[in-house]
Amino acid sequence: MKIAVIQFPGSNCDQDCLRALTDGLHVPAEYLWHKETSVFGFDAVVLPGGFSYGDYLRCGAIARFSPIVKAIVRAANDGMPVIGICNGFQILCEAGLLPGALIRNQSLHFVCQPVWLRVETDETPFTAKLDKERLLRMPVAHGEGSYFAEPATLAKLQSKRQVVFRYVDESGKSTRESNPNGSMLNIAGICNEARNVVGMMPHPDRAWDRRLGSEDGKLLFESLVGSLESVVTL
Amino acid sequence: MVGALMKVHVIVMPKQSVLDPQGVAVRNALKDVGLDTVESVRVGKFLELEFRTPPSEMKLEEVCRDLLSNPVIEDYTIQYHSTADS
Repeated sequence: MKIAVIQFPGSNCDQDCLRALTDGLHVPAEYLWHKETSVFGFDAVVLPGGFSYGDYLRCGAIARFSPIVKAIVRAANDGMPVIGICNGFQILCEAGLLPGALIRNQSLHFVCQPVWLRVETDETPFTAKLDKERLLRMPVAHGEGSYFAEPATLAKLQSKRQVVFRYVDESGKSTRESNPNGSMLNIAGICNEARNVVGMMPHPDRAWDRRLGSEDGKLLFESLVGSLESVVTL
Repeated sequence: MVGALMKVHVIVMPKQSVLDPQGVAVRNALKDVGLDTVESVRVGKFLELEFRTPPSEMKLEEVCRDLLSNPVIEDYTIQYHSTADS
């Protein structure tokens, strides 16, 4: 098993993601540069946070056209598990792998704070080991994380159970106050219809060790490893 | 250098259905500096493209749709401008 962590010029959570996998879980993971044209030899892809290509034009707009993202789109369409975290989520939306878009936080502020998330589905490789409605603690750090989609898209996301995480308060209720960026329906993370591609604004890569304040993020990577192992043994 | 340059202006605006918090903040600031009657402000982007060899309209539409704007949240307008000698 080997997991790819993509590096764009301007990525800044690539090391967090790699360390979460190699130090937190002791699974093989390697960086993959944005100019690579294939994800051959890898079993899953992590698109890390940061400011790919300076986030010029729109967040993720230019990264979408990089050689590696074209390869990831092909691999994702063939079923490879892909997770985009923060800037990675923005890239997945720009690339059309996930519906909707991430726009400027309603407050206009860059938000950098711990949040509570509620797991809305265990039917993704990244949440398979988590109980539905379980609460997770991890930080967000973004200026453009407000999830937007047209009403028809939102309805479809809900009916097909594609909302993966919602912002909630400590008791698990999705309230206006617990929504750090104005995301529609308190959406913090979604998946595609095939359920192998997940995008989320919060950072599991910044919450995989007690010293980081939370270990909840590790559960997502453990779920991924569990899913990959079950595929290998089949 | 002789040769006509063609200018194309692309205006990208947030869709009406998309909340534009930046526009709201600018509107409030405008009211603060005495422009009392301003009702609303929307903030978009203005891109100026120059060509010696103009692209096809189809290609231009394609790049506006795929790169310069995000159709989920934005609309774009293309304006062709009179050529100017450089």
